[in-house]
Amino acid sequence: MTTLLWLQASGCGGCTMSLLCAESPGVIEMLEDAGIRLLWHPALSLATGAEARAILDDVAEGRVPLDILCVEGAIARGPGGTGRFQMLSGTGQSLMAWVQRLAPRARHVVAVGTCAAYGGVTAAGGNPTDAVGLHYDGAHPDGLFAPAWRSGSGAPVVNVAGCPTHPGWVTETLMLLAAGEPVALDGYGRPRFYADHLVHHGCPKNEFYEYKASARSLSEQGCMMENLGCIGTQAVGDCNIRPWNGEGSCTRGGYPCINCTAPQFEDPAHAFVETPKIAGIPVGLPTDMPKAWFMALASLSKAATPPRIDRNAHADRVVVPPTLRKPR
Amino acid sequence: MTGDVTGARLVVGPFNRVEGDLEVTLDVAGGRVARAQVNAPLYRGFERMLEGRDPRDALVITPRICGICSISQSTAAAHALAAAMGLTPTPQGALAAALIHAAENVADHLTHFHLFFMPDFARPAYAGRPWHARAVARFIALEGGAQRAAVQARAELLHAMGLMAGKWPHTLGIQPGGVTRAPGPREKARLAATLRAFRRYLETVLFGGRLEDFCALKDVAALMRWPSGDVALFLGIAADLGLAGLGRGAGRYLSFGAYPLADGPAFAAGTRSAGAPGPVRPAEIAEDLSHAWMLGGTAHPLDGMTTPDEGMAAPAYSWCKAPRLAGQPMEVGALARQVVDGHPLALALAEEGGVVARVGGRLLELARTQILMEAWVAALAPGESFMAQCSLPRDGQGAGMVEAARGALGHWLRIRNGKIANYQIIAQTTWNFSPRDAADVPGPLEAALEGTQVEGPVPLAVQHVVRSFDPGMVCTVH
Repeated sequence: MTTLLWLQASGCGGCTMSLLCAESPGVIEMLEDAGIRLLWHPALSLATGAEARAILDDVAEGRVPLDILCVEGAIARGPGGTGRFQMLSGTGQSLMAWVQRLAPRARHVVAVGTCAAYGGVTAAGGNPTDAVGLHYDGAHPDGLFAPAWRSGSGAPVVNVAGCPTHPGWVTETLMLLAAGEPVALDGYGRPRFYADHLVHHGCPKNEFYEYKASARSLSEQGCMMENLGCIGTQAVGDCNIRPWNGEGSCTRGGYPCINCTAPQFEDPAHAFVETPKIAGIPVGLPTDMPKAWFMALASLSKAATPPRIDRNAHADRVVVPPTLRKPR
Repeated sequence: MTGDVTGARLVVGPFNRVEGDLEVTLDVAGGRVARAQVNAPLYRGFERMLEGRDPRDALVITPRICGICSISQSTAAAHALAAAMGLTPTPQGALAAALIHAAENVADHLTHFHLFFMPDFARPAYAGRPWHARAVARFIALEGGAQRAAVQARAELLHAMGLMAGKWPHTLGIQPGGVTRAPGPREKARLAATLRAFRRYLETVLFGGRLEDFCALKDVAALMRWPSGDVALFLGIAADLGLAGLGRGAGRYLSFGAYPLADGPAFAAGTRSAGAPGPVRPAEIAEDLSHAWMLGGTAHPLDGMTTPDEGMAAPAYSWCKAPRLAGQPMEVGALARQVVDGHPLALALAEEGGVVARVGGRLLELARTQILMEAWVAALAPGESFMAQCSLPRDGQGAGMVEAARGALGHWLRIRNGKIANYQIIAQTTWNFSPRDAADVPGPLEAALEGTQVEGPVPLAVQHVVRSFDPGMVCTVH
């Protein structure tokens, strides 16, 4: 039996809402089947008020062993380092203080979502509440916990980043941890099983990308990299390999990838839906692409764009189907 | 469930299953609540984050205020931007946006009933009641059969989001001019299939009968006779515990009107006070800061500001501002929407105005919205335009007033030199869970809690009253 305690820190609760979209099996059955016992979850558990406080105290005092601590939401350190922008109601203590008290008891600590991992949207726009992630402050490995901090198992915080997280990223991380399997992490502490992919992989706009047949405005089908701020060629995530909510993803929905699995995605220094350009040339290269080659290939492929792809790129549906080939 | 009793003061927290952080402080006299204070103990500062940004960024940032009403926030932001542009969505764009929004609202009603509200009846404290064993079997947290079925049905309903809006929550699919993805014939067929499956679930499990029959109920007596499904289980519990008279509101309801389509909103906009209908006059909306940890004075949201009082000085006791309409607190939500829309059952429920009325209003709206969504899918016209294009003005202002599952939600935006100069949000639970105002008039929940029985260390009635509002605490303060 693996025990799991879930806290909602300074965030929107959307990662829990997304988790409830898990299917085959649903999240409740999945946790049960994996031998995970939920000690408490603020949205799902019956226990409230003093009942909940008793559970938290039991864990904090070591009376109930804690295998996995999941924290959803950033840690608000303000005002003035007090954490009082988020008090855990009924306890007279800040959520920050509770996380500091509970985390040392946990064998594994999982940051669910980009807020818990890096600060995320809660830290946007000047960071009015001095919010940080558990182990990172943006891209800097110095969040609520110092860089050298390790959980009971000797591992750093597992950053299941995403805004929101895909339910599969969370459930698979929890299943691996419950089974005692290692969860390999990338350089920002994200599980490699999804962070080794780019959002570009499997994007249905790939043919438009190949020819730089670019959408000029939202609702056009073309590639959104050149004009509309899409950074799917740089953002990590298997969003277009495993779908969201049945068969969706951001780019399938017709809007750009905004790199929500990354630290500091919330403040891109330009409008999210506009690609920054210098002298008309878009800034930002696909990951691992040499600039000179990218420029050469892009101009070549753009010049070679077939009419079908060009016309479809600027329509909101396929207006020119692929040419049929007769079998030999 | 229990709280700390300090003399005659009871602090209930962490008050969970309220989509965020909530603390309720009760002054108890003679076994009943004499005075209630509702505290939203989380402040994030979204309105401040938006200042100086490109106005379109509001479509990325504001949905992330709230993971459960994310689409409602998108919709309010899109409407505010559209108003600033003088843009009207294409009719099909408005239809697709309404469908996406309705799917979220329906999912939220389902989540509230099964995950947030009903589990309290499975508590051991009710072990002596004749319905308790069934409440446990259906609704005990994480194990109840009804809970699991609802979570599955919800996940499958939200395939509509994967199809139309990319993902849920936090889509960028809703734009001022409509939606980014134009559905084709096969999307339309798939949406119809998703909705048929959801209707099958509603009619076999939750309602246990035809949705049209439920929508045809005209009075409370007929409602209480509804014979089947988990709805009947709730109604039986409600009758046994006398929930109808519990947590009565002041009878002042507000709705901004839901799902604006080419021929007007699907659920009407308006107010109803003391049984009399009236129009919404947006100029009469103001936020009072007297009991919020906020600096500044009472202001209309276009002129409002969000400057937290970091000293958290008394007499304030919440980060939540106190919105008022013509100086009055207003109750918002599914019941308010159905009352303002004039549905006979909702009007009859409003005479009671308590826990049964709020939950019944939500169930009524769930059934009515499913029927609406089916009609909207049938009206989707692949091939037409789903998005109008327009650019933002360098200077301008706009309001986006919509209906989230939990009630009236407004975004007010000022643009100067192409950037956001001011952005103010009044969320749905900000209305319902507002603190007192300068005249010491309590917010709707605070008022509804007065007189509620506080029996022993387990104030169950308090749980039912609070959750009957379907609080969404994360967006209350934002």
